[in-house]
Amino acid sequence: MADRTLPIHGALDLTPPREREGTILDTLHDWVVTVDHKKLGIMYMILAIFFMLVAGAEAICIRIQLALPDNHFLSPQVFNRFFTMHGTTMVFLTGIPLIFGFANYMVPLQIGARDMAFPRLNAFSFWVTLFGGLLLYYSFLGGSGLYGMGNAPDVTWWAYAPLTARAFSPGHATDYWALALIVTGIGTLGAAVNVIATVISMRCKGMTLMRMPLFTWLMLVDSGLLLVTITPLTAAQVMLVIDRYLGGHFFDTQAGGSALVWMHFFWIFGHPEVYVLVFPAFAIASEVIPVFSRKAIFGYPAMVAASVGIAFVSLGVWAHHMFTVGMTSVSNTFFVLSTMLVGIPTGIKIFNWLATMWGGKIRFQVPMLFCTAFLFQFLAAGLTGIMLSVAPWDWQLHGSYFVIAHFHYILVGAIVFNTFAGIYYWFPKATGRMMNQTLGKWHFWLFLIGFHVTFDTMHFVGFEGMPRWIYTYPADRGWSHLNLVISMGGIIQGIAVLIFAYNLLSSLFVGKIAGNDPWDAWTLEWSTSSPPPDYNFATDPVVGSRRPLWDLKHPEDPDWKYEA
Amino acid sequence: MPRHWLLRTRKGALAVLLLASCVGLAFAEGPQRTPSIFAPASTPAGQIQSLSWFVLEITGSIFVVVGGLLTFVVIRFRARDTDDNREPAQIYGSNQVELAWTVIPVLIVVVLFLTTARVIFAIQDAPKPKAALDVTVVGHQFWWEYRYPDLGIVAANELHVPLSSTQDPKPTYLQLLSADVDHSYWVPQLSGKVDLIPNHPNELWIDPLHPGVYLGQCAQFCGVQHANMLLRVYVDTPDQFAAWVKNQQQPGVQDPAVAAGRRVFETQACMNCHAVRGTAATGRFGPDLTHLMSRDTIASGAVPNTSGNLRQWIKNPDSLKPGSLMPAMQLSDTQLDQLTAYLETLK
Amino acid sequence: MSAIPLTPHVSDERPWHLPYRGRIGMYCLIIGESAIFTIFVVAYIFYIGKSLYGPTPQQVLEVPIFNSICLLSSSLTIWLAERNLEHRKMNLFALWWGLTIVLGMIFLVGTGLEWYKLIYKDGLTISTNLFGTTFYSLVGLHATHVIFGLCGLSLVLIFTLTGKVKEEHAPKIEVLALYWHFVDAIWVVVFTVVYIIGR
Repeated sequence: MADRTLPIHGALDLTPPREREGTILDTLHDWVVTVDHKKLGIMYMILAIFFMLVAGAEAICIRIQLALPDNHFLSPQVFNRFFTMHGTTMVFLTGIPLIFGFANYMVPLQIGARDMAFPRLNAFSFWVTLFGGLLLYYSFLGGSGLYGMGNAPDVTWWAYAPLTARAFSPGHATDYWALALIVTGIGTLGAAVNVIATVISMRCKGMTLMRMPLFTWLMLVDSGLLLVTITPLTAAQVMLVIDRYLGGHFFDTQAGGSALVWMHFFWIFGHPEVYVLVFPAFAIASEVIPVFSRKAIFGYPAMVAASVGIAFVSLGVWAHHMFTVGMTSVSNTFFVLSTMLVGIPTGIKIFNWLATMWGGKIRFQVPMLFCTAFLFQFLAAGLTGIMLSVAPWDWQLHGSYFVIAHFHYILVGAIVFNTFAGIYYWFPKATGRMMNQTLGKWHFWLFLIGFHVTFDTMHFVGFEGMPRWIYTYPADRGWSHLNLVISMGGIIQGIAVLIFAYNLLSSLFVGKIAGNDPWDAWTLEWSTSSPPPDYNFATDPVVGSRRPLWDLKHPEDPDWKYEA
Repeated sequence: MPRHWLLRTRKGALAVLLLASCVGLAFAEGPQRTPSIFAPASTPAGQIQSLSWFVLEITGSIFVVVGGLLTFVVIRFRARDTDDNREPAQIYGSNQVELAWTVIPVLIVVVLFLTTARVIFAIQDAPKPKAALDVTVVGHQFWWEYRYPDLGIVAANELHVPLSSTQDPKPTYLQLLSADVDHSYWVPQLSGKVDLIPNHPNELWIDPLHPGVYLGQCAQFCGVQHANMLLRVYVDTPDQFAAWVKNQQQPGVQDPAVAAGRRVFETQACMNCHAVRGTAATGRFGPDLTHLMSRDTIASGAVPNTSGNLRQWIKNPDSLKPGSLMPAMQLSDTQLDQLTAYLETLK
Repeated sequence: MSAIPLTPHVSDERPWHLPYRGRIGMYCLIIGESAIFTIFVVAYIFYIGKSLYGPTPQQVLEVPIFNSICLLSSSLTIWLAERNLEHRKMNLFALWWGLTIVLGMIFLVGTGLEWYKLIYKDGLTISTNLFGTTFYSLVGLHATHVIFGLCGLSLVLIFTLTGKVKEEHAPKIEVLALYWHFVDAIWVVVFTVVYIIGR
């Protein structure tokens, strides 16, 4: 683990971190009123991890209920609320905040800027997102009263019409769902606008778009995709609120309205949304894999093109979530084709990461362990996605546990794994301390085992005909043993995550001092101190290639000689 | 030859053992009423299965090849302690390689797409033979209504269809409607699922090739008791089917011995929701009870159709299916006994 | 501010100019809002002719020519205002800017009168039928954006009249004007879909 002195004194702030005087209240005030992208980035991460633990607890309860047939651990009402909240929380209160946690912290540093383009909008977006999350969870207590366990949304995270109409969902559960997500949607839109404006308008001298780190590229494309992804959902939710409160008929089948209109609008959001969620995983992989393989990323232009390609094609595949609703054979065929096509640029990315590792000297430290698992798992998930794109097979697998296995392979196997990679990778930069590598390895192996025990098995129980959204199942279906195995894997994952949480917290106090560049990396953030000073760079950097620090460390063989 | 790194470490060996035992456990279950998609008993399900094996072969090969390459890379290019501190050769890209691994996936997609399109049209646009039986299925929260328009039958929850064969096809065409929210008709061994969407009629056809009972359930979340909206499809031989039809076409049995129970039925508001053909009860909100005792289960498959269950269901539906839309009518024990006795005559 | 290059061998002598972040931010907002409007327009078009009962567009809609001319002219007046700001003619700027606001207000009043007639004379509300739901939602969404725009424009007018606005604020004013042009462009789409195609 090299930590060489870099001959860039001007860019480095060598003053020791100032002694923090003042009370706890002062520190708290500092964080509450901040508009600094680094603090807000950390706050987004804390929000994301907090809600991930909450949704994880909901998942553990779900798995306890399903571990045995005809179980009575959770009533059907509570079960339905838990899986609805689990999905809604993971997507909107973990997945999206993770994007902006990483982006807010790292993008300005990677492009040599002092902050985001709109610091106050940044703070506003964070607090609005937090408020939306609290509003959503208030539903457990508020709504129509404390009957049972409150009135949390219980209509699945898709909230299909007309189940969400007043007639079939009386009470306020669905209203919490719609309103809380409209609120977080505003925060998301603000954050996305901020990232785009930052990347376009605030790059340091010499950093053309094709010299940006791939992490920043992917955050740019991700934010652009979000602009046209989250907004259809906001529109549909406004329509739902109009139906429920103003007597509108958007989705009122009795008045000639169409349940399919909700489906189309929801999936026009829902499909690009899953690409929005996975882009940070790609972004982190594109940073970690090169550094730990000791090689430049293979095929940088192809990676940029593939990312943009994925974003565009992902806008045209949404109805593969609707193969069973009775569209014509021609429509179904179109969406089969578009879905298969989106697999091509995705595959290209996997091949490029593989080629980056080829011929390298791979150091399997904790971030790289997670990224390596990501590669295998993302490959498998992409292939089960191809299986699901085959519409006739989807007519069997849609709405079954096979689909749950597929998308958890991405959400956990790709996104959560790489989130862990990113945290282990950048925690030293943000805090100045390393996370404990031994605990990290325990975390990794336990989580890997638990993940595979749960989600590999889940594919098979889907093949055996087990549908989604059921709070229990009869003992004679033959699903009992598989479900028990799945649940056990969930417990193992839970333990692993607790180890991670402990590691995260304890490293803040007793972690080894990291220095500026503990991983011997090449992008601009590693030229600052750890943690960086409030203003990031003492002087504005000027870059001449994709890996400015590589050029400095290897003046005999700099990148700019090879880049077009 | 050095042992695989996975087997070299104790942790690795433990991981392999754990994974293997889980897979073993998964297949250790004996044959039960498992509605597996890989045990087709009808043409559409069979066509899907053939297609899926083909797709599995292709995706499996891709996984083996790419996963194998990944495994090779992870082993061959790991940093070793004996390494010097020099960085490896920096390779920035290769246009030929990018082209190669773009073209090959495109070709694979073309093959997969064409095979898939063929099966889509074969199933969705299959010509309907004259001998086909028409059944209208209406999805309710949380039960299934079956109407056979050509036979004058109204039934609920347990579907009877005639056996078909490849030489003499006698498929059943289900028209799928919904009275309330979205549902989905999924009997994996007979066909892929199709949704029941209000104001949007759909169609599903099966031609079952082996007699027996096939299990399935609603596959689109429809509310609190989505989990107990179970499906039972009885594929009858021609004789069995004819006998069943003949029985279902009769009006309800009028046994004077249970007149007291029948009076309870008609005065305690049961007839507001339920129908018994040949009596004054013509309610449409709940299942038709004319031939209730011809069914093996009640509450849409939730519990077996026994005397005790029937009585308990009427006394307090929530105790067997919490959240079902049938209210408990607060009947006395006498009324319950009489009512159960009456219902048990409706064969 | 001297910059110490991290790669001293590079000769990137071209001046480094990046687009103004305010403009980029506004473009992004416009893209997002366009997506929202697209969804409402799609719903409107899909439900044309599908109402089961109640008043139809042909029966009750009158083409708001005057209103539309007012709103679309306000794009012209705001452009004229910007030109005057660039040439530091603050009085003319304030005049044309104020005229823009007046035209926007006329549009809103006109919309309000139209809705009054539809609700009280024709019995068409948002809950009457599919036409009512989609009409009030789409036109109302647009009107809401007009209101937001007018709030911003009024704020600038107040700052101008109190002498706070200077020529160097032109880029920021231009960003707000961009939003106003967007609102007008959306009206062209809504007008076409509701009063031409849908009738």
